[in-house]
Amino acid sequence: MSLRLYAIAYLVFLYAPILLLPVFAFNDGTIIAFPLQGFTTEWFGELGRTAALHDAVQASLFIAVLSAILATCLGLCAARAGTMASFPGKRGVMGFIMLPLVLPEIIVAVSLLVVVVQVLDLGLSNWTIILAHTLICTPFCIAILNGAFANLDPSMEEAAIDLGETRWGAFRLITLPLVTPGIVSSLLISFTISLDEFIIAFFLSGNTPTMPVYIWGLLRFPEKLPVVMALGTILVALSILLLTIAEFYRRRGLARAGLRDTGGFL
Amino acid sequence: MTDLITLSGVHKYYGDYHALRGIDLTIRQGEFFSLLGPSGCGKTTLLRTIAGFEDASSGSLTIDGRDMKRVEAHHRPTNMVFQSYAIFPHLSVAENVGFGLRRDKRARADKARAVGEALEMVGLAGYGNRRANALSGGQRQRVALARALILEPKVLLLDEPLSALDKKMREQMQVELMRLQREVGITFILVTHDQEEALVMSDRIAVMFEGEIGQLDDPETLYRRPVSRRVAAFIGMMNFLDATIAPAGARVALDVAGLGRCEVPASQAPGGVPAGAATVGIRPETLAILFEGESAPGRVVDGVVDEVVYYGDMTYYDVRIPGHDAPLNISMKNLIGRPVLEVGAPARVAWDERALVLLAR
Ligand SMILES: Nc1ncnc2c1ncn2[C@@H]1O[C@H](COP(=O)(O)OP(=O)(O)O)[C@@H](O)[C@H]1O
Ligand SMILES: [Mg+2]
Repeated sequence: MSLRLYAIAYLVFLYAPILLLPVFAFNDGTIIAFPLQGFTTEWFGELGRTAALHDAVQASLFIAVLSAILATCLGLCAARAGTMASFPGKRGVMGFIMLPLVLPEIIVAVSLLVVVVQVLDLGLSNWTIILAHTLICTPFCIAILNGAFANLDPSMEEAAIDLGETRWGAFRLITLPLVTPGIVSSLLISFTISLDEFIIAFFLSGNTPTMPVYIWGLLRFPEKLPVVMALGTILVALSILLLTIAEFYRRRGLARAGLRDTGGFL
Repeated sequence: MTDLITLSGVHKYYGDYHALRGIDLTIRQGEFFSLLGPSGCGKTTLLRTIAGFEDASSGSLTIDGRDMKRVEAHHRPTNMVFQSYAIFPHLSVAENVGFGLRRDKRARADKARAVGEALEMVGLAGYGNRRANALSGGQRQRVALARALILEPKVLLLDEPLSALDKKMREQMQVELMRLQREVGITFILVTHDQEEALVMSDRIAVMFEGEIGQLDDPETLYRRPVSRRVAAFIGMMNFLDATIAPAGARVALDVAGLGRCEVPASQAPGGVPAGAATVGIRPETLAILFEGESAPGRVVDGVVDEVVYYGDMTYYDVRIPGHDAPLNISMKNLIGRPVLEVGAPARVAWDERALVLLAR
């Protein structure tokens, strides 16, 4: 009984703030407080009319897409090497690659800032953020793709070669289709991570802020709060959608390889 | 029979580890050949060397007169049935079986017919549209077989193909594999650690230990005339008794601990007559316990029953005899009127010097 109460309290604590986002996004009043004033889509309309926001969204999408692709490519190489090849010091190398997973983002942000600006003497731009986001997304990609590769029987590629395929042909015809769900899942998750990452983007952005940085800027103007709520609502919906699709693909990958689910991120 | 595969002086190192230590081997066209040995002795390594998945560190390999040094795995006239079967889970049964025909220039209908025939050959006619995932272990194995045989290789390599099956299925597949091999006439090389499986199925067997071939012979010779103690111990059951020997021309005089003196022809030392100290091997079924009223043409020693294991059709006894440390292992058919002795009962053990094998200690 008490366990059930605890679970309910936990869920309320976790999700109530998020549920408040859409509530106030549709509330006809600039003050975020009860009682509600009435229904409006005014704030969503204002989103559409703000040019600076459009620039921020564009920058964010560009960064998220490229980071996702880069991180997934890197993750693909690492996961394949990690599960199908054996080389000296493999465990140590794999552990080291996963390290950014537990590294505080602020440290990544500050150290990259120092390297880019002081050491390399380069300007800040979207590319510096892409670099950093690739860095923090790669461990997630490796974790997801490791799962996809670990489920794979290494003699499967050899069997394809044995039946006359080249090494590349065996990878393309056998391994790739079997890990595709993992790749899709990895792309979506790193896209999501990059899209709402704030600290690094804040430290490393050039002239155009990314969307989270732009939102943070809006918070200084209380009358803009409902607009932020509207934007937040869209982001929450988008994130949930992407993560659901990612999880769907991850599970389908398992089913395709005929395996039981052994966990995952969701 | 003509020679199909020749390996000479093949060595394989994994880093410092010497996995194959000078393999010289000739495998004949159309034979059922087995590589038998304990786990880790290098059987899979040798098989993969023939398939082209491992490069020998030194030595040469020819298949059908062609040197395989520069021939990559996908160009070799070999196909393999993997231990895990390596069925492609995202393809249907027919797509799995037809996978090797992808690069074939034949018309689609011809390929489909070939797939159908291959499936029929392994007893899976009509299974073409099933998902490979949904098959049982035995069926997967058949798919793996059909997939490899459809390319009509010169050699079919099988790495412990039956080890994942339960006992009943295993025995059934043994018979089917033998039938299949006779039908297609392709050379089969089977890797197994199961001596019974090798004896049942093979024309010839190479027994491997630690990267070396200990003996290469047909099953009967291997069983009756093992050349060394470790081969004798690995194939079937064998009692080992200490002996002192005195060679005299074509015959050898023996004094066997617990059994006594006798004389055998030098041909009963298949590994060559050892100098000085020797071990004598004798199979449990060549010894007999004499029951009431039975007599034996050979010699008899008296002992005491130490252990009885009843198997229904057979009873396995351990019998202690004076002068020999370990009890003798004796297997007896449970014929009509024969009692099962109890532990502690006296037992008269008949033996025959013709059944002795003389081995180096
Ligand atoms: N890729 C490899 N790297 C290092 N050692 C290996 C490799 N493959 C096999 N070995 C070693 O070589 C020995 C023989 O292996 P294997 O041929 O698989 O034995 P078997 O099939 O007879 O059980 C084993 O001790 C194994 O540990
Ligand atoms: Mg093996």
